[in-house]
Amino acid sequence: MGQFLLRRVGMMLLTSLALTFVVFFLTNLEPNLEKIARSEASARMTEEDVGLWLDRNGYTQPILSRYGQWLGVLPGWTRTDGNGEVTGRCIAPDMAAGDAPTFCGVLQGDWGTSTVFDTEVGALVWDKLALTGKLMFWVMVLMVPSALLLGILAGMREGSRLDRSLSTFSIASTATPEYVSGVLFITIFASSAVGLKWFKGTATSAAESANFENFFLPVLTIALYGMGYIARMTRASMTEVMTAQYIRTARLKGVSFRNIVIRHALRNALIAPFTVIMLQFPWLLNGVVIVETLFNYKGFGWTLVQAAGNNDIELLLACSVVAVFVVLVTQLISDVGYVFLNPRIRIA
Amino acid sequence: MENLTWTGSLGPLLNPLFLLAWAAFAVAVLAQILLSFVSGNPQMQGNALAMRKSPADWAGLAARAMFGLIVLVTLGYLVGGLLLPGPEAKGIIGTISTRLLPVWISLAVLFALSITFKRRLGLYGKLFDSTIGMVGFGIVMFWVFTAFYADMIATHDPLTQLSGMKNKVPGTAISGADDGVFGYYLLGGDNLARDVFSRMILGAWEVIKIAPFATVFAFMVGITLGVPAGYYAGTLDTILSFLANLILAFPVILLFYLLVTPEIVDTGLPTYMAMVLFIFPLIFGTVLLNSRYHTQPKFRNGIVAAFLAVGGLLYLSLISSNDPNAMIRILPGWLDLFDVPGNILVVFVSVVFVNSPTVFRIVRGIVLDIRTRDYVAAAQTRGEGAWYVMLWEILPNARGPLIVDFCLRIGYTTILLGTLGFFGLGLSPESPDWGTTINDGRRLLSIYPHPALAPALSLMSLVLGLNLLADGLREESLRD
Repeated sequence: MGQFLLRRVGMMLLTSLALTFVVFFLTNLEPNLEKIARSEASARMTEEDVGLWLDRNGYTQPILSRYGQWLGVLPGWTRTDGNGEVTGRCIAPDMAAGDAPTFCGVLQGDWGTSTVFDTEVGALVWDKLALTGKLMFWVMVLMVPSALLLGILAGMREGSRLDRSLSTFSIASTATPEYVSGVLFITIFASSAVGLKWFKGTATSAAESANFENFFLPVLTIALYGMGYIARMTRASMTEVMTAQYIRTARLKGVSFRNIVIRHALRNALIAPFTVIMLQFPWLLNGVVIVETLFNYKGFGWTLVQAAGNNDIELLLACSVVAVFVVLVTQLISDVGYVFLNPRIRIA
Repeated sequence: MENLTWTGSLGPLLNPLFLLAWAAFAVAVLAQILLSFVSGNPQMQGNALAMRKSPADWAGLAARAMFGLIVLVTLGYLVGGLLLPGPEAKGIIGTISTRLLPVWISLAVLFALSITFKRRLGLYGKLFDSTIGMVGFGIVMFWVFTAFYADMIATHDPLTQLSGMKNKVPGTAISGADDGVFGYYLLGGDNLARDVFSRMILGAWEVIKIAPFATVFAFMVGITLGVPAGYYAGTLDTILSFLANLILAFPVILLFYLLVTPEIVDTGLPTYMAMVLFIFPLIFGTVLLNSRYHTQPKFRNGIVAAFLAVGGLLYLSLISSNDPNAMIRILPGWLDLFDVPGNILVVFVSVVFVNSPTVFRIVRGIVLDIRTRDYVAAAQTRGEGAWYVMLWEILPNARGPLIVDFCLRIGYTTILLGTLGFFGLGLSPESPDWGTTINDGRRLLSIYPHPALAPALSLMSLVLGLNLLADGLREESLRD
């Protein structure tokens, strides 16, 4: 087990390194840098000025060495201009050059500065993650129990009318991406023209004080898309368990149907959905980005869109580190949890 | 001219019936679900143990009847709309149904032919034994035909803006319409006073044009890499799986934002990716033919050469461009068959790129399972080459799950395309494709929902159709 965990963590580190480098590479391509220069300094700069600006701000060094600086394994760049003034990666505007640390990268806990929001990336990402965490928590609260219930009800009597209608519902919900169901919900429940006006069409105010009125629609929108998939997996697992020998034995012993489902079938049927739920997290991240944009909820997904749209390199890198971390950790948890739930499987 | 109502002169007759049927259907379904928990006990009837018809069964029967009624009334709207004269009498639904006439005819012909010859059509024919599969196939083909006849069906140009039609509700008559211009905005106007209906119809073409092809390419990449990875396992498998997991660990939207921006298109990166990704079908086809016919060298040389000539020309036409600024200009202008606009190419490439690792994993998993079968061992003992075993023994036996996944994946690709449009990436902002239109409409969603609603429902129905089709195929392919 220890060796397995070690190998997985090593794999995670390798993956994160590779992925952040890809992001670093793509955001630092020539046209992207030019875009940054124009948006940071002046939109009407000449080609030459752009080159000078990039040089002054350390964007012209070789990409590998800059990636190393971002990581914090190479010393940050410094530069002395004509007046003898020293600027550098690690030197904040109001800091003497001598006081600045040599290394300032992710390993030192310095995630850099966001060019869009003009703040420290680390603090910003934590704030936004807290907001998204709140959203995700309620999504899970809504999605997991209802998906499991749907799947179990559908799977306990395969082929029954209940199964058919619930399965149709699950298919329909997997076929409705967030940007479609969000539009539908806003039209039905929030539109001032034709709607019921039960809820609010934006969730901006939910960042400070979330209540049922401004938070339910975004939560429902994300939950619905994931729900269908989990329900289908639960149903498949439940139907398989219900045909097992020990269920037949219980039936023949005269155990009532309700007791068979609750006492005998449920526990074994919930092993597979656990993995599925864990692996759903990365997909939820996708949904979060769409829903936060649609409902204007200023969380992590919204930040990611802002960062990507404005080529905010350091914020984007931090976002991708978080995203990769979520994906890989959930994969790890799903593997390890699977072993705990299913004693027949051993990890070498 | 008067504005159109939804149902025209059929309304007073059919609307109450329609509402009633829906209400009764909802009640019956609910009743049936609730009653099914109190299941009756089997009783002796004569000398057989049998279930008496329980209340749940009766509720089920009622639900089925009501559903039939709903379908009938819907048909009534559509057929009645076809038959009644004049747009006022037809109403919006009737007029749309009339515009869709070529689609109805094609669907009817297709279904009539398919059902008549279904026993001779293999898996495709068996699809017509399953209701779900048939419904799914019907919806999918509806959109395919709509896309195909889009120019015939659309009432206006998707980019023309008519004054005074901004954000107008569905069925608004165009004031002072010229002769030869269709007199109504059937599904209203959007915030730039363009016709929502025409944009929806032409958007179908945008989607149908890209999604299936992108999926085919993703499958080609996934199969070409996945089959050897599963067959040989070992180092090759480890490396390829690591790469696949690497791409899968990327949040899709981040990847899109990084790849599908004008700046990245300028660097030519998508063209280079296209070069790599699009060569896979060529490799696949060559290996496929070579492994089959390598015992007849003369025939093999001919067929592989022919394939490479045709495929190579298509490949080169696809990646090289006549644009003097383009990165890759290999073919002379007269030989370059077609040019793919840069923004479509980048959308295409990124969708293929996102989908192929998943296909790779599926194919690899199936091959890992199948390569232990006896017929594979038999082929190996016969002395068949590795590629022959992979492509002619293993792959055909993996087709069931792959076909099902193919249908699901087209749906997923459609969703991805919509996502791209939703974030305003890739396709031009005026493009009528569904994602872009939803993105356009969402700003005024709570005041004027109709411009976003039409494409949203279209996208949902297409994906739903594909999912139902996949379900039907799965059911039928498992049956034997």
